Amino acid sequence: MRRLLGYADRIGVEPGQTIDFKVSSEDRGTFHLEIVHIRCGDDSPDGPGLKQERLGADVDGDYPARYRWTQTGSFVAIDAPEAFALPSFTLQAAIWSTLPAREGQTVMGSWDAGRQSGYALVLRQGQAALQLGDGKEVAVLASGAAMHERHWYIVTASFDAVSGRAAILQQPLRRYAGQRDRSAAEAVFHLRPGPGGRFLIAAHNDSSPEPARPRAAGHYNGKIDAAAVARRALAPAAMEPLLQPAIPAHLADDVVARWDFSRDMAGTTAYDIGPGAHHGVIVNLPTRAMKGWNHDHSEMAWPHKPQHYGAIHFHDDDLYDCAWQSDASWRVPQGTKSGAYAACLTQGEQWFYIPFWVRPPTGRPTARLALLIATCSYYAYVNNHMSFDWGTLGEHSSNTFTLWDMEDVHLHMHPEHGLSMYDLHSDGSGVAYASRLRPFMHMGPRDHLWQYNADTHLTDWLEEKGIAFDTITDDDLHAEGVELLQHYDCVMTTTHPEYYTTAMMHALLAYQNQGGRFVYSGGNGFYWRVALHPELPGAMEMRRAEDGMRSWIAEGGEYYMSFNGELGGLWRRNGLAPEAICGVGFAAQGFNFATFYRRTPASEDARAAWMFEGIARHEKIGDFGSVFGGAAGSEIDSTDAEAGTPPHALIVAEATDFGADFHWVNEEFHHTHSAVNGENCPHVRCDMVFYETPAGGAVFSTGSIAFAGSLAYNGYDNNVSRLLENVLRRFLDPAPFPPPPG
Amino acid sequence: MLSIDPERGDLAREFRARPFGPHSAELQKVLNVMRWEGNEGKHVIVNTVPHKEWRIARLPARRGVALDFCHRAPFTDLAEAFWHIFKLRWKQHTGRWPPED
Repeated sequence: MRRLLGYADRIGVEPGQTIDFKVSSEDRGTFHLEIVHIRCGDDSPDGPGLKQERLGADVDGDYPARYRWTQTGSFVAIDAPEAFALPSFTLQAAIWSTLPAREGQTVMGSWDAGRQSGYALVLRQGQAALQLGDGKEVAVLASGAAMHERHWYIVTASFDAVSGRAAILQQPLRRYAGQRDRSAAEAVFHLRPGPGGRFLIAAHNDSSPEPARPRAAGHYNGKIDAAAVARRALAPAAMEPLLQPAIPAHLADDVVARWDFSRDMAGTTAYDIGPGAHHGVIVNLPTRAMKGWNHDHSEMAWPHKPQHYGAIHFHDDDLYDCAWQSDASWRVPQGTKSGAYAACLTQGEQWFYIPFWVRPPTGRPTARLALLIATCSYYAYVNNHMSFDWGTLGEHSSNTFTLWDMEDVHLHMHPEHGLSMYDLHSDGSGVAYASRLRPFMHMGPRDHLWQYNADTHLTDWLEEKGIAFDTITDDDLHAEGVELLQHYDCVMTTTHPEYYTTAMMHALLAYQNQGGRFVYSGGNGFYWRVALHPELPGAMEMRRAEDGMRSWIAEGGEYYMSFNGELGGLWRRNGLAPEAICGVGFAAQGFNFATFYRRTPASEDARAAWMFEGIARHEKIGDFGSVFGGAAGSEIDSTDAEAGTPPHALIVAEATDFGADFHWVNEEFHHTHSAVNGENCPHVRCDMVFYETPAGGAVFSTGSIAFAGSLAYNGYDNNVSRLLENVLRRFLDPAPFPPPPG
Repeated sequence: MLSIDPERGDLAREFRARPFGPHSAELQKVLNVMRWEGNEGKHVIVNTVPHKEWRIARLPARRGVALDFCHRAPFTDLAEAFWHIFKLRWKQHTGRWPPED
């Protein structure tokens, strides 16, 4: 298992800028850090081998090893203890608990578990409960009836310091015959709540590990809406108006706070609409834009009716930023070659890579080819728990038995380092946000041949062929748009550029329309629409909406992203299918073998014949490779004119022999049936495509994730390598591609 | 729902000969039956030494609970580990071990 971990404050850096490294070790002593240039990370027996080169950077050296704790779990913190040091009070919220029976969850309050002091609305034995403590004793008043999971309840709890009278009412919004989940309880307590800590929503304070810096603990799982606090013990009927996002005049003196989570949906501020303006800080990216207690199905897009989306869904395993201290900083020297780099950490037997990319100085490219690193897709997969969370789907989908590695074991035992967009939260809800401010597992050298490590087959091959290239990232593309790409004669993707923002899609289209040459060297690209946070670095959102190959399914009415209000889900369902970007779109997948391409008659067309120079007409192309043994495999794409494949596109090669192990993607068929695998479905195929674009440009697409894994075969002397080299050499030739005959 | 026919030793032999596929349609049916198993107690393969050593373990019911590693010696060939999982599941479904030859 991993005992040495780290991450960087940035994913891309240019010469002259500084990158900070943050490291945690479970062992004492020192760890060693050195900067390495990564040419190839594939150390598998069938691969090109690990090729990394030490730079001798001034940051290289030994550093004290320290364990860094991570605050996992989302919550809202209102750091105004005086305002919430209330002798008497009423707490009210609408709650939709996803794990009501799990003990130790706090809905809101000042409770400090370290001192056993303060007050809070909590869950006990599946019931809403009021908890008080004075540092010596703890008193709990539970409602008396368990709540149903994933049902809305209005919960009102009050305490009067003069009489000692406590009361709680739990009211379901949906009633079932014979169900006794509406419940109320009263009691008189002799204790009075002692000093608590920060007022927290969806967690409580725990000052026991570090009294000066209380942590958040007791994380609540589920939705909270319309949270309110009054400074008197009020009856539920008196509190009921506070369910609406306005403070009635007659309650103005009583209200301490009433938070409206429908405001500033992308932000990290929980707005208090009460007179005290006790705004809170939303920590660790709980899921926003969630249907609230009052959602009435009249509007499914939150931007049209935000007042129906006043709920936040909190999870005990949410994580945005590990927030570790920096151990080392490296100022990238001027003249550092653009490419893949890593801070290589070692300590005894332990090792860990912190990957990053050096891009060229802004506006000053150092090559005519840009390799576009699919960092958004990396973020989606980082730290995935698919080998466990997918259950039966994992084996059915991969068509293999479940195979773990020690990173899976580590992640399984250490969920505190966050989940991936392929996972489920501990309450079974899907993970809608990803972040890079945490250690990357399953995303670096010496790992699976998936994303990062498979992409180093491309950097390795480009180095071998002596084709100069710059590395730029999705983050750069999103921020700078087509202006970033305009510096290059050709842009090539990595093996699986699956997650794209609107700005990125538009930038690629604009580049192509301006004559840029575009090589899509992968499979299942441009598939999911995502959003990058406008302010939080490295935070990304997606919703697994109505269709697609989904690891989880978003709730109806929760398809619109909180970061920008855009409809999430497939680009195909957002009116801009991958076929419009690269001529092909996701068709099928299989993860136990791969096959080869055959040239088509169209490959003899003079428009494309040049790319097959040195490759015989009936030669098998790519019947070898380190990714499942072939160039066409893993996730594969095909053309579809209706989806956007240009009418003049040439299918220059195709692979069709996929057998029963490959399955057609579900968004392409309208009714369930059994003719959906490579044995019986003609749509299970892989198309290699070429077409010209306006202004003398062109597009070439391999449509296969496995393609790059064949480049190094036979000492880089093979027909896959030859084909891609022919394409790149021509695409880097400034001579315009003539338009095809009309 | 189809059940696995313990008399179809030919399909077990096919799997052993080509554990990573492609599989015949008849073998695929057997594998499909084997793959409807929930996490808890499921036998899986863990690559304990990259590219060199694989062990058999059983999954727990939930995240954060340790895997139960079987005590048998680790495999040095992934294909043999796949075959072992196949045998375990065959036995689970049919009550018998598949033929070894």
